[in-house]
Amino acid sequence: MAKITLSNLAHSYSSNPKNESDYALKKLNHVWDDGSAYALLGPSGCGKSTLLNIISGLLIPSEGQIFFDDHDVTNADTSERNIAQVFQFPVVYDTMTVKQNLAFPLKNRKVDASYIEARVNEIAEMIGVTEVLNNKAQGLTADAKQKISLGRGMVREDVNAILFDEPLTVIDPHMKWELRTQLKALHQQLEHTMIYVTHDQTEALTFADKVVVMFDGKVVQIGTPTELFERPNHTFVGYFIGSPGMNFLTVAIEGQKAFIHDEEIDLGNNYSISRGKVEIGIRPEFVSLSDDASGLPVKIKRVEDVGRHKIVRTDFYGTEINLIVSSSTMVPSDSCRLKFKKSAVNVYLDGWRVNGETV
Amino acid sequence: MAELVFSTKKRKPWIKKSAVIMIIYILFLLIPIYWLLNMSLKTNNEILGQFSMWPENLTFANYLVIFTDPSWYWGYFNSIIYVLLNTVISLAVALPAAYAFSRYSFMGDKHLFFWLLTNRMAPPAVFALPFFQLYSSVGLFDTHIAVALAHTLFNVPLAVWILEGFMRGVPKEIDETAYIDGYGFFTFFAKIFTPLISSGIGVVAFFCFMFSWVELLLSRTLTSVDAKSIAATMTRTVSAAGLDWGVLSAAGILTIIPGALVIYFVRNHIAKGFAMGRV
Amino acid sequence: MNKTVNQKAWFLVLPVLVLVAFSAVIPLMTVVNYSVQDTFGNNIFYWVGLEWFEEILNSERIHNALGRQIIFTSIIMLIEIPLGIFIALQMPKKNGLWSSLCLVLIALPLLIPWNVVGTIWQIFGRIDIGLLGYSLNALGIDYNYVQNPLHAWITIIVMDVWHWTSLVVLLCYAGLQSIPDAYYQAAKIDQASRINIFRYIELPKMAGVLLIASLLRFMDSFMIYTEPFVLTGGGPGNVTTFLSIDLVKMAIGQFDLGPAAAFSLMYFLVILLISWVFFTVMTNLDKKEGV
Repeated sequence: MAKITLSNLAHSYSSNPKNESDYALKKLNHVWDDGSAYALLGPSGCGKSTLLNIISGLLIPSEGQIFFDDHDVTNADTSERNIAQVFQFPVVYDTMTVKQNLAFPLKNRKVDASYIEARVNEIAEMIGVTEVLNNKAQGLTADAKQKISLGRGMVREDVNAILFDEPLTVIDPHMKWELRTQLKALHQQLEHTMIYVTHDQTEALTFADKVVVMFDGKVVQIGTPTELFERPNHTFVGYFIGSPGMNFLTVAIEGQKAFIHDEEIDLGNNYSISRGKVEIGIRPEFVSLSDDASGLPVKIKRVEDVGRHKIVRTDFYGTEINLIVSSSTMVPSDSCRLKFKKSAVNVYLDGWRVNGETV
Repeated sequence: MAELVFSTKKRKPWIKKSAVIMIIYILFLLIPIYWLLNMSLKTNNEILGQFSMWPENLTFANYLVIFTDPSWYWGYFNSIIYVLLNTVISLAVALPAAYAFSRYSFMGDKHLFFWLLTNRMAPPAVFALPFFQLYSSVGLFDTHIAVALAHTLFNVPLAVWILEGFMRGVPKEIDETAYIDGYGFFTFFAKIFTPLISSGIGVVAFFCFMFSWVELLLSRTLTSVDAKSIAATMTRTVSAAGLDWGVLSAAGILTIIPGALVIYFVRNHIAKGFAMGRV
Repeated sequence: MNKTVNQKAWFLVLPVLVLVAFSAVIPLMTVVNYSVQDTFGNNIFYWVGLEWFEEILNSERIHNALGRQIIFTSIIMLIEIPLGIFIALQMPKKNGLWSSLCLVLIALPLLIPWNVVGTIWQIFGRIDIGLLGYSLNALGIDYNYVQNPLHAWITIIVMDVWHWTSLVVLLCYAGLQSIPDAYYQAAKIDQASRINIFRYIELPKMAGVLLIASLLRFMDSFMIYTEPFVLTGGGPGNVTTFLSIDLVKMAIGQFDLGPAAAFSLMYFLVILLISWVFFTVMTNLDKKEGV
């Protein structure tokens, strides 16, 4: 296990990058704490795979350094980094038995046979493949195979980190849930540093202690699932996380009040912003139907009943505002007024969140 | 925690071992061909007179013989004609059959498929004489079509097999959608389906060419004058003064060129074609 | 894929059926017909039953040809399959000019007419004008494939390796190309040795194409005719007279139609039988591995 430090790391696939857009990964400083579970979340093409490949040693970054604890491994080969990786689709050695598959990384490192035996059984127990231990890997289902690749990643106790590259892509939905829960439990048991790349927010939020959200080659926010939910650092995080995503309204702000279309919204905090594009963001979970004559007047476009709750999609002067209400709430059919929870309103200047002064 | 041993950036050798092995293998393949080229650019006197690694008196006389003597250059034309005929016939009959095998099950389909494949295992030597008699009796002896038909026996099974592999890779839903959209079978096949398996067709054409162009025994047995192939012409080049090595070599070099062109054009499909289809 | 039952599909296979029937069944019937009859010329035939088959089965000449054929096929397969795998592993992995060049040059021998292959080696091996023969003699090796049986065999084997190893290379290369990069990465992470990568990743993925390569090489080498015919004409003596050469000699050279026909049928059956056994054994092995 090790702490992984990225120092001024940047990568460009072109040999002679001129401006910022040539970089697949823009300059980045970050420390991955020893023993934590991280998720690397972002849409495809945001640079998350590039970052993972740099950590695993498949790519040599064009700028900056990467440290495992205090060792500079920027140019070290994958096999020297002592990491484990689980790939997008299951990588198993088809002609070996499940047992041989799990033992393979240890065997190659000339580990004592009795230890291998014990360790393989232990891991097989954890990932629940004890019954098929002596079967050939070839005939197994995709999720069983993925479990084996997972097990092969965990069989070495001393790995510096386990990297997951969208490991649940080819798994059936109901198995996804099971594997995800299992992963989480395994992390608590083993306390390896884990980095989990995904574009699926549910996977990221359920798995990780901390989520690193990437967008356009940049890390836009690193935080706990709660932080990402309540205080998105960037409008992208607001959009990307949550279902439906955060509502944004372009406003003018004076002191504690935001103004839009002759309506005024109380922000609770004091802001002094004079220039740039100002937006306020609020999660649908913190928007509610007003029971009196105050609040933003909206037209109701559609109500989607998704079981536990209803998603109400409304229109406010051409901007969509969504809200989530409990399924027992009666929603008027044409128009109504909306209230925002004061403490849940965030203010953004040119896309980035600004803190207000408490009054 | 395990001891971490990190090497500094390794220095790469200026040339990889695998590249050296490739070069040796390619040299092994090319040197005999080079020698043929060398012979073809020498006069017979030089060939027999002194041993040299390259022609000292470079001459194109041997090639000139071939280009000016109709019995030589018609050999090339005849070969090309029956190779093309064969490719067209093989594809024309193999395409619908492969479609049937890949999409439908019908009475006796597996037996038929297997029986087709067994024909690929028949030694041409077995068929040489019966072919000669068959085509003589129907008046096709010494025609291009006879050689083309004889070669289809070996090419069609392979063509059906390869195409069936490619066609299975095309989802059946495409057929169904096309029929719903009102395409008839033939327009669907020509306009939608064929483009989808174009690399399969390329691979088949490659194999038809490969067999038909290189085969000697049948083409020699089934022709005498009018449709005589270049291969047959070459094996009969024994002049009164013994073998004319220079002209023979030049003729050999000229038979390599069409093959080289075909490979060049399909080079990007070869690996893909091999992997996707079955051959 | 689930196939629909559709008897009309017969219409689609009809052209193939007619064509193959015309060019396979009719000639084969002729062969069968000859194999049970004898003639004194003038197209008068009479029934001889299985006499020709007995004659062929007891013919020492055929036994020898069969023996030579089996030895030849075994030797070239033992060389070409491992060599083909080895060369395929050395092929450049990245697509580019170098890999295209390698592909084109490697495929070249496959598209050379077989008689030209014979001619190339005929010239190349000659002691007076051939590079190989001349150099060997200059080095003091008394090499002469025209007279020395062993040298004739070596030359034919080298020629076949030269001619056909590329087919194995191309097939294996295609198999290797289909292995996703992740496998190699995983192997690196697991610190698998080069041999283990071959044994556990590359070989299993090549199994399918290797089966096809072996089958093709078996069949084609068992039918080999043109190249040794041009190179040695079956000699010196009879030492390089393989089955096909013998058959053509018998059928077209001596016009012994009866024995030739019986010989043809058995020849064909032997190839079918060995291919079938080979195929079944290989696929069964594959299945066992899979359980």
